[in-house]
Amino acid sequence: MIEIKDLHKSYKMGSNSLHVLKGINFSVEDGELVAIMGSSGSGKSTLLNILGMLDELDEGSYTLDGVPIKNMNETKAAQYRNKFLGFVFQSFNLINYKTAAENVALPLYYQKVGRKERQEKALKYLEQVGLREWAGHLPSELSGGQKQRVAIARAMAAEPKVLLADEPTGALDSKTSYEVMDLIQKINDAGNTILIVTHEPDIAKMCKRIVHLKDGIIIEDEKITQVRAAQYVQ
Amino acid sequence: MFSRDNWKEIFETIQKNKLRTFLSGFTVALGILIFVVLFGMGNGLINTFDDFFGDDATNVLYVFPGRTTIPYKGYKSNRTIEFDNSDLVDIEKNLAMFVEYTTPRITRSGLVKYKNESNNYTTRAVGPAHQYAEKTIMMKGRYLNNEDIKNRTKYVVIGRLVEQDLFGSNNSIGEYIDVAGIAFKVIGVFQDEGGDNEERLIYMPYTTRQLIEKNTDKIDQFIVGFKPEIGYVGAMALDKSLNRFIKEKKHISPEDQNGFFIRNVADQLKQNQQFARVLQIIVAFVAFGTIIAGIIGISNIMVFVVKERTKELGIRKALGATPRSVISSILLESVFITTISGFIGMILGIAILNFMGDKLKDYFITNPFIDMTMAISATVLLILFGAIAGYIPAKRAAEIKPIVALRDE
Repeated sequence: MIEIKDLHKSYKMGSNSLHVLKGINFSVEDGELVAIMGSSGSGKSTLLNILGMLDELDEGSYTLDGVPIKNMNETKAAQYRNKFLGFVFQSFNLINYKTAAENVALPLYYQKVGRKERQEKALKYLEQVGLREWAGHLPSELSGGQKQRVAIARAMAAEPKVLLADEPTGALDSKTSYEVMDLIQKINDAGNTILIVTHEPDIAKMCKRIVHLKDGIIIEDEKITQVRAAQYVQ
Repeated sequence: MFSRDNWKEIFETIQKNKLRTFLSGFTVALGILIFVVLFGMGNGLINTFDDFFGDDATNVLYVFPGRTTIPYKGYKSNRTIEFDNSDLVDIEKNLAMFVEYTTPRITRSGLVKYKNESNNYTTRAVGPAHQYAEKTIMMKGRYLNNEDIKNRTKYVVIGRLVEQDLFGSNNSIGEYIDVAGIAFKVIGVFQDEGGDNEERLIYMPYTTRQLIEKNTDKIDQFIVGFKPEIGYVGAMALDKSLNRFIKEKKHISPEDQNGFFIRNVADQLKQNQQFARVLQIIVAFVAFGTIIAGIIGISNIMVFVVKERTKELGIRKALGATPRSVISSILLESVFITTISGFIGMILGIAILNFMGDKLKDYFITNPFIDMTMAISATVLLILFGAIAGYIPAKRAAEIKPIVALRDE
């Protein structure tokens, strides 16, 4: 699904340049649930941003579902993001003046799906995350866990090939974190490919594979036995 | 770009961001409102100006007699110059290429009586052409004609207020009034835009006046109407020729400035027109300033709006919004708001101008108005600049990488 070869990325900081990713080789198969771990500054978020086409790579190659991602203009990148990728952010990034259902329907709007179908799909995905009765509420009326579940529903609504989550539990308490992880595991069980950036070991253990990043290179890449989040959720 | 779905999305955004909508709408509406009202009041000022100076014909020269101050050709100085009927005939003959008409004007005043009503009025003994020089408008009856001059008829044309004073609401045409002891028949009633004084005048044939005054042929002063097509330059040339002609005929030294006087309305007209033009420039300047202020206002708001929405735009981009759709949604939103509020402001402004009407006449603003084309083009200009002002930050916002926009708090 994802194929990365010899990826380099550096940021210019005035006259200096900060070499963040120093040759990443990495691939993800269909249906995997991967945790990318590392301390702060290890380059894990940068990697995720490049994977998500939110940022550009300097060197190397990136192939997503057989499509080489390079030299993309903004319009093309936007179309690919819309078609291939779903995002879940640490700070939820819901649009605050839109209701839960409208937020979920937004990626479908950019896919030019009809209004009626958008609403139906939005409700269907809200149902999946258990928030159907909250469809008409604004984000400000939802708890953190609920917001993140709306964000997950939004990411899923576009039916992406890969779901990218950047510290999805970073702003949540552990109980809510486990609920969100339970949801993510269920989505993965349904066959979706998911990448999670996290620095919390217990969250990482709930994935099927952990990639450790340090100083811009992968130091460890192991398949693990998944811990089910459901056991922590009453 | 113009699908129903896009518009629905825009309407939702507008509805759910009331403060933003109100701010940009208010700026534009206020800008246009002030522009329309200011411009209209400027026009009102020009109207007042026209009213002051526009009631008399402008293609005329007034000639008044004086006294000589320089001895010339055996005549002593301090000689009184007098004009008579033959002077007018000579002028019409000699300056025929300039002159359209001439008319004497002999001004007297006296007690005028009708039944029990009486009052003092100024009478002017004139020729038929005087109607054009004074732009006298006939309300009823007729003005003096050449037959009246020839037959020295005892006919008068009276002003609207004279009729009102003497006759009240009764008809005056055909009635006889007593002017300084002689009975005259009223043949017409006139009005004049020059104000009340002009409508308290009584006109009679100059030949009748001359007959009353011992059958003289003297005239006090006279008016020369020239052909409008000779223009300002022609009027100045006529002024000079007339001056030379009269001096020669009346044996006045070419250096003598006091033998008689010519009041040239063309000269005055030019000054008045210049003054009006200056007024117009000031009005245009103020209006232009208002529009500029409006443009700056809407630009500021657009920058603020885009800044405020940076994060939202980043989210939209992460969800698959293309730069084009980001720009077009911002622009459509701003153009929609500015168009609606611009036209609201314009209509409000026009309503205020209409409501004002002549209420501000005491402040020299008469019937303020604005050209519809002017109002609409100013509104369109503001909308256009609002769109341009919105486009620049919108384009910048659309180019920001989503990751940068998302980090914006």
